Amino acid sequence: MTDMSDFSELMRPSTEGDRMETCVLSGTGMHFPWLQKYLNSVLTERKKEKAFAQTTTECLSLMQQALLKHQWQQAAGYMHSYLQVLEDWDVIKRQAAPEIIWKLGSEILFYHPKSSVETFNTFADRMKNIGVMNYLKISLQHALYLLHHGMLEDASRNLHQAETWRYGDKSSSQEVLINLVQAYKGLLQYYTWSKKKMELSQLDEEDYAYNTASQSMLNHSWKTSINLCALIQIPGVWDPFVKSYVEMLDFYGDRDGAREVLTNYAYDDKFPSNPNAHVYLYNFLKKEKAPREKLISVLKILYQIVPSHKLMFEFYRLLRKSEKEEDQKLGLEVLFGVLDFAGCTRNITAWKYLAKHLRQTLAGNRLAWIQELWDSRKNWWPNFHFSFFWAKSDWKEEKTLACEKALVAGILLGKGCRYFRYISKQDHQVLKKKMKRMKKSVKKFSIVKP
Amino acid sequence: MDLEEAKELKERCTQCAAVSWGVTDEGKYYCTSCHNVTERSKEVVDTAAIPNTKIQAISRGLKRKRKLEKGWDWYVCEGFQLILCQQVEALKTLGVGPELKNDVLHSFWKRYLQKSKQAYCKNPIRTRRRKTTALEDTPSHSDWDSEPELISDFICSSFAESEAESQPDLHTQKPFPIIKAPNSGIAYTCSGSLDGVEYSQRKEKGIVKMTVPRTLAFCYLSLLWQREAITLSDLLRFVEEGHIPYINTFEHFPEEMKLYGRDKLIFAIESWPIYEDIYKNTIELATFLDLPRFPDITKDCYLHPDILCMKYLMEVNLPDEMHNLTCQVVKMTGIGEADFLTFDPIAKKAKTVKYDVQAIAIIIVVLKLLFLLNDNLEWSLSDIAEKYNEKNKKDKPWFDFRKWYQVMKKSIDEKKQKWEEARAKYLWKSEKPLYLSSYNRPVVYKRREVVVNLQKQFSTLIDSTPVAEKQNPSSFQFNWTEENPNRTCFHGHSLQGILKKKGQSLTTMNSLYWLSTQKFCKSHCKHVTTYEESYFSQSYQFVISLFSFLLRIKTSSLHEEVSLIEKRIFKAKYNQSKKKPSKKKIRKVK
Repeated sequence: MTDMSDFSELMRPSTEGDRMETCVLSGTGMHFPWLQKYLNSVLTERKKEKAFAQTTTECLSLMQQALLKHQWQQAAGYMHSYLQVLEDWDVIKRQAAPEIIWKLGSEILFYHPKSSVETFNTFADRMKNIGVMNYLKISLQHALYLLHHGMLEDASRNLHQAETWRYGDKSSSQEVLINLVQAYKGLLQYYTWSKKKMELSQLDEEDYAYNTASQSMLNHSWKTSINLCALIQIPGVWDPFVKSYVEMLDFYGDRDGAREVLTNYAYDDKFPSNPNAHVYLYNFLKKEKAPREKLISVLKILYQIVPSHKLMFEFYRLLRKSEKEEDQKLGLEVLFGVLDFAGCTRNITAWKYLAKHLRQTLAGNRLAWIQELWDSRKNWWPNFHFSFFWAKSDWKEEKTLACEKALVAGILLGKGCRYFRYISKQDHQVLKKKMKRMKKSVKKFSIVKP
Repeated sequence: MDLEEAKELKERCTQCAAVSWGVTDEGKYYCTSCHNVTERSKEVVDTAAIPNTKIQAISRGLKRKRKLEKGWDWYVCEGFQLILCQQVEALKTLGVGPELKNDVLHSFWKRYLQKSKQAYCKNPIRTRRRKTTALEDTPSHSDWDSEPELISDFICSSFAESEAESQPDLHTQKPFPIIKAPNSGIAYTCSGSLDGVEYSQRKEKGIVKMTVPRTLAFCYLSLLWQREAITLSDLLRFVEEGHIPYINTFEHFPEEMKLYGRDKLIFAIESWPIYEDIYKNTIELATFLDLPRFPDITKDCYLHPDILCMKYLMEVNLPDEMHNLTCQVVKMTGIGEADFLTFDPIAKKAKTVKYDVQAIAIIIVVLKLLFLLNDNLEWSLSDIAEKYNEKNKKDKPWFDFRKWYQVMKKSIDEKKQKWEEARAKYLWKSEKPLYLSSYNRPVVYKRREVVVNLQKQFSTLIDSTPVAEKQNPSSFQFNWTEENPNRTCFHGHSLQGILKKKGQSLTTMNSLYWLSTQKFCKSHCKHVTTYEESYFSQSYQFVISLFSFLLRIKTSSLHEEVSLIEKRIFKAKYNQSKKKPSKKKIRKVK
């Protein structure tokens, strides 16, 4: 230990000196004192962040972690400390705090075992009154919480309070929120109305009570419509509101009004693309027994948005009934489209339709249609639908499906394809006839000639 | 209500036409027969206290505004004095002798007031009113530079200044300690203290201004003078653990001392003290106070590296036998000499030793001497020790670095996590909120109320097990025992197997060494070396982070201290490498 010369030095992969030079800024021999000063000030400025800011940020992230792990008590503990951000000297942080506190706090109170509706109410009422901009949002969410707990009346009262809230110019900038509050109120009224409708349906029309009941329903619906119709004018996705509004209009015989609302909801360009809008319109028109062309035109749009929608089979059937040639072609397209989706691979209806349609199309000498649709799929459908694996599992689980698929495979890929070969080799008593027919069809129609 | 005082108003009441006036608590007249309160308020007509009528007129206008904040008249330096008192009382309960307060700190503070020309001098600063627009600012207000409310405050303060200038004849010389000024803070609408606004604007070259962090520098200077057994890192840790008042100290000011406006920027603090800052402040302050050489740090002082090394060896669970080696390093480097250790502010280049950091650095150097810490040798030595210990269960066990690492890693991780959680949960805000202007007051109080209510609500949802009680202050953060396998104590383990006999003396088995810093930075930047973790071995990183957490300092400053110790040991090596290009000189050992 005493002999120092025994110690040699170990060198690290990079020498300390090299780094030193880079940190002095310039290896070129140029010296910029002003730059140095500037860099220093940047460094010290970063250092200046107060421990208060650091710890509250840290607290927030720990609280989020606790929430993710469903540790509600720990999260409540962090919230207890995080609340001091409401007193932050930094205006920007102070103003951003209520929203964070409300969101995380309501989450904690929603799940915490010791929390109750009263606790939540007190919390919501306190949070509403911090800062002007939060009142409506929190009121609305508070109402939703109450709804979740089945406290309809309280929720309704809450919404009513929010609806009448005004704060100078601030209220006009939050018009959409006010509309939303009103619409939710309308939805609650719809619920009562709907209940009354049920009661009414159980009453005898001759009954004395019937009249009063229907009268009160009418009152309700009138108030509700006012509440609902403002919101659905504004572009957005308002499914439940539109549905209930239309139901009420329909009930009172205002079919034109209802149709207008639905048409507007589905076709107005300002509204975001929404498949449900077209579904609602279609169902309404179907109930109305609208002409086939009309129905087809509605579903055409739905097909463009959601090609795998379950209404597509109805769409297909409508197209089949049509005499127009282009509708027949579209029908084929729709079937191919449905089967492009992994969720529909085992849909026997789709395969049955496709097999039949393919046969008919080929019989009608429309090979070009099939070629056109097949071209974009021939690279991936064989593996996607017609693999050996599928052949085995389909045969094991659903023999009729396997037969339909084999027919399609045979037509599209020829006799030599794995799927067709596997199925056609199987021996089955009941399906014997079917198999024979299948083989014959393939021989006759296959687009791949050997 | 005081009917006597209300007699001067002879008007009839507008409601009931009676002439019978009383004065409300707020100083407004009210009719005693119909209880109608008027807008007129009562003036304080205490002519004896006011030298001329002109001031009386001014006081009338502002009287009503200040009705909420009236209290004692006090100066900013009195506030700091109160903080120092709180701190020194806390130190006393920690076991520091009473002389610290009565003799040392008291005289330092007196000297400070004198040097900064606030008192005990012929011409105290308060009486010399002037507009100073110095260019340089002391870095003391770093905490508040980002404060957005400063703008409004600035407006207020400029207003206050012009008010003050319009009546310069009022400020006649007065002796210190302060007698209550008759025109009690009329002009300063923006601070509760008399000189808060002026104080925060005062920028004078060569004067070290008081700040809250500097109160700790005062404490440390006094501790150092008394050679008490508290290091700077201990002091700051006690602050962090709440044993020494630092954050929201103003809460404990007397009720009558009102704080608001500028006072907020002076006394409210939202950061924990940082070792390097307080260290720097200490030197600055000592130089400013022009203190003589401090009492010698001799071998029997707690701050002597030999004793501190022993303490830290115990703290981090290393064998006692290592103390012998640390003492040798101390001897070899000469850092145990009183001349080196003793703080001398008037010396050419005032510099005090970071006793705690230095002691730790010595231990790290010894660890490097013994185990090399190159992620290789320490593990093979551990294998040998483990085998030996298995075979010889009855003997004194050999020190096993791997086992030590496992125990320490676990303990330190637990401790760190708890520490981080506690920090994240720290409640900064005072029960007594500070506001910048009286306009701001209700808002601030309202905010406080909201937070308190919300906190009450959430506190019922916190885990019912009571929060661990406030730790008792201790210079040790760990407690090692033989019984608990997670807290195995290594103090009694021997260094056999790592040392070998060479002639009469023992020498290390390991004959290699690597330097933490090859070449010191000589540029204009103030640091002498940098610490880039990824360049170093895992064991070295662990040791550095372990110790820097213990002291609550940055890893880089510990690394720097290690390098400086090495510079002293390997002086010859460094000199050699100066002459010849260093890269060729160093042998690469793998």
